[in-house]
Amino acid sequence: MPEGIRDKVVILGMGCSRFGERWESGPQDLMIEAFDEALADAGIDKERIDAAWLGVFFQEQSTGKSGLPLSQALRLPNVPVTRVENLCATGTEALRGAAYAVACGAADIALAMGVEKLKDTGFGGLPERTQGTVEDLWLPNGTAPGAFAQLASAYCAVHKRDMRDLKRAMAHISVKSHRNALDNPRAHLRREIGEDDVLQAPMVAYPLGVLDCCGVSDGAACAIVCAPALARRLGRQEAVTIKALQLAPSNGLERGNDAWDGAHTLTTRIAAARAYREAGIEDPKKAIDLMEVHDCFSVTELILMEDLGLSDAGRAIDDVLDGRYDHDGAIPCQIDGGLKCFGHPIGASGLRMAYEIYLQLNGRAAARQLDGPSIGLAQNLGGVPNRNVASVAIYGRNALTR
Amino acid sequence: MTRGAHGILAVGSFVPRSRLPCRLAQAANGWFAPSLNPNSDARRSFCDWDEDALTMAVEAGRVCVVAHHATAVAAVELASTSLPFADRSNAGVVREALDLPTAAVEDKGGSLRAASTALVRALTQHGNGTLLIGSDCVDAKPASAQEMRFGHGAGAVLVGTGEPIASVAGTVSVHQDFVDHYRSAGERFEYALEPRWARDAGYRQQVLASVEEALNASGRQARDVSALAISAPGGLAGAVSKGLAKALGVPAASSRLESEIGFCGAAQPLLALIEALESAAAGDSILLVALGQGVDVLVLDVACPPATASLKATMAVASEESNYTRYLALRGLLPLETGIRAERDKRTALSAFWREHETITAFKGGLCSACDTLQFPPTRLCVSCGAADTQAPARLADRVGTVRSFTEDWLAYTPKPPLVFGNVGFGNGANVLMEFADVEPGQLKVGMPLAMRFRIKDVDERRRFRRYFWKPVPLEGRADA
Repeated sequence: MPEGIRDKVVILGMGCSRFGERWESGPQDLMIEAFDEALADAGIDKERIDAAWLGVFFQEQSTGKSGLPLSQALRLPNVPVTRVENLCATGTEALRGAAYAVACGAADIALAMGVEKLKDTGFGGLPERTQGTVEDLWLPNGTAPGAFAQLASAYCAVHKRDMRDLKRAMAHISVKSHRNALDNPRAHLRREIGEDDVLQAPMVAYPLGVLDCCGVSDGAACAIVCAPALARRLGRQEAVTIKALQLAPSNGLERGNDAWDGAHTLTTRIAAARAYREAGIEDPKKAIDLMEVHDCFSVTELILMEDLGLSDAGRAIDDVLDGRYDHDGAIPCQIDGGLKCFGHPIGASGLRMAYEIYLQLNGRAAARQLDGPSIGLAQNLGGVPNRNVASVAIYGRNALTR
Repeated sequence: MTRGAHGILAVGSFVPRSRLPCRLAQAANGWFAPSLNPNSDARRSFCDWDEDALTMAVEAGRVCVVAHHATAVAAVELASTSLPFADRSNAGVVREALDLPTAAVEDKGGSLRAASTALVRALTQHGNGTLLIGSDCVDAKPASAQEMRFGHGAGAVLVGTGEPIASVAGTVSVHQDFVDHYRSAGERFEYALEPRWARDAGYRQQVLASVEEALNASGRQARDVSALAISAPGGLAGAVSKGLAKALGVPAASSRLESEIGFCGAAQPLLALIEALESAAAGDSILLVALGQGVDVLVLDVACPPATASLKATMAVASEESNYTRYLALRGLLPLETGIRAERDKRTALSAFWREHETITAFKGGLCSACDTLQFPPTRLCVSCGAADTQAPARLADRVGTVRSFTEDWLAYTPKPPLVFGNVGFGNGANVLMEFADVEPGQLKVGMPLAMRFRIKDVDERRRFRRYFWKPVPLEGRADA
């Protein structure tokens, strides 16, 4: 295992636009909204940025290809901008590029921006897209909820759990995220709901009802990163650092082989194991103070609790129903509302998660501030359960030594 | 080819499971066409949105190929008046789906007798290993008499030398440009004249003379005929049967085809023959009469009735439609608002398809010779052991699959919501994410066994193309599985 980047990269500043159906705003507006906040937070001039990474998923339907949309929107001084895309892990992938540039010394200060303008696509949910010239010949034309709903039937079969219990736990997850989002003025969906609302909502893809699905939102989030020594020179005594930043894509096993049981996300387990090692975490159940995970659907969040090693196999239903991941539970999950309610502008989501953890670790999360957290985890799952890219990032707050 | 006698070596049939009760059409359209009074229990079979003459032909042909031996098939002949492609061998697609890579292919069309005439030729010219399939999927205008009559289905016979089910004793094939109905090229619906004219001025005269000629040619007497098998357009099968029975002094045909599934176009002569064979005994003689701008007559001696009754089995798998507008929509006769998700471009990259044609059409995965792991699609590196270029083509189409996970997706666009799809296990480690067919909401369970069916995957309306792939259907309770 390589040495990794633990504590080699400091988050100097972050910004996040309001998420939602931003009919009045284009991708440029969203990027500027996030960037202005981050730049002020970092306390630097934009001319000090040496390189930038832009994460956009549906580029054809929002900003267009390449790094140019970011370079142009922010009028960056012709520094390198790299556009990255790795499904729903795109935002984290942008951060990974910026962080690696800083960690290796190629850039003193780097910018990671994620943006998505979904509400110009004309779709209620995620837009339709071709799956590839060969895949289109045989893969079903299912939707994202349809793909993630597969987890539910497989989970109940593998762990011999009753679908009604799973449905109740899924409802608990959505109710919790809606409650959390009430305290987040930038969240897309700010409405309290009850368990019955979720259970009785119209079916989207069995067993996922409409309230088991996350918001489809416009938004942007960004981070400005630098090395600890530079942060120190800029006057920081303490800062949020990246403890681990790991990525694991599928290699085709889940899609093509029955060694995968269909009831977990294999890549999350791999990325989490690597991230815990990089961060030096031995027992995540004790070490993690809060987390933002990829709750594209309620069932995904539930299953991720097991994949991250926080619930035992087959027991996530019980832990969820016991409130272990509620705002006042042992490990609060989606304290900002999560994808479910903060929203899911795909390219921005990984950075939005980092933003919430950054605020919480810095004690700046206002009404939803937790009591002195020191380690936070952010996880993305790009793609579908049987073929995806998982990212696990761990952030901590440290004193900066000379 | 094996030594033995020449004749029909195997038969197979396929009828789609959907049934339109004629009274449902009458209830919907009676306000407009009160004269349409169907036999109250009559039903007609119809193709789901993802079935057509080609997919039905594959299923009927499969019965023959499985029952007999694939290596016995030297040619695939597909007779139909409703093939999806005018220039792209439809029989060629069937051949590939049946995994008969060396068989010759030929499409035959233009006549309701396309299959029966081809059968006369295959039997009299000693065709060797000819898989002849008749398949038709002709739609009718709402509120028409044809709507009460037309069914969809396919029948197949394998003709060659071996141990025949039946052999030919005599044939007559007569063509007359007797236009009691026609369908112009590119038209969806037929134009038909008064059936009484066809009956009294046309077929009655043609049929009797031809039957007598065929009996003479076979050296048989009318009393030697044990059963009649009749295929006639215009709802005339019953009248023709009765007329012949009276003239020859033989029992009228006892057929369930017209009442249970309807008249299946060019497939009907083969279906009528198969129906007769399935209730025949060794030593019987069957008189097959197929009408349509002329007549084909075959006198067939039954040597050994088919071991399995594929027609009875496929007809037993029936799901009665309760919603007339859904029937119309599935047949493309009622344009529903399909929403933005239907706008997704269904263009097929045909160069990619050519590279993968065996994978897709024959549904072949790769079986790793190093670790015995099956994978779909085949890949250069084994999913399990990582060995390079060790995979031999292995057909999944004939394996029994198992539901590993599923959903009913109400958001996805499909002509028949919900889109039901999930992970299917095939043994030897293989898992494939597939779209299910022939399932109702609430029907699937993890662990259910599945049979594979050749179906339309997508219809590209913009380029008038359709692509095909395989879909699992529940095996339980299916007499034809």
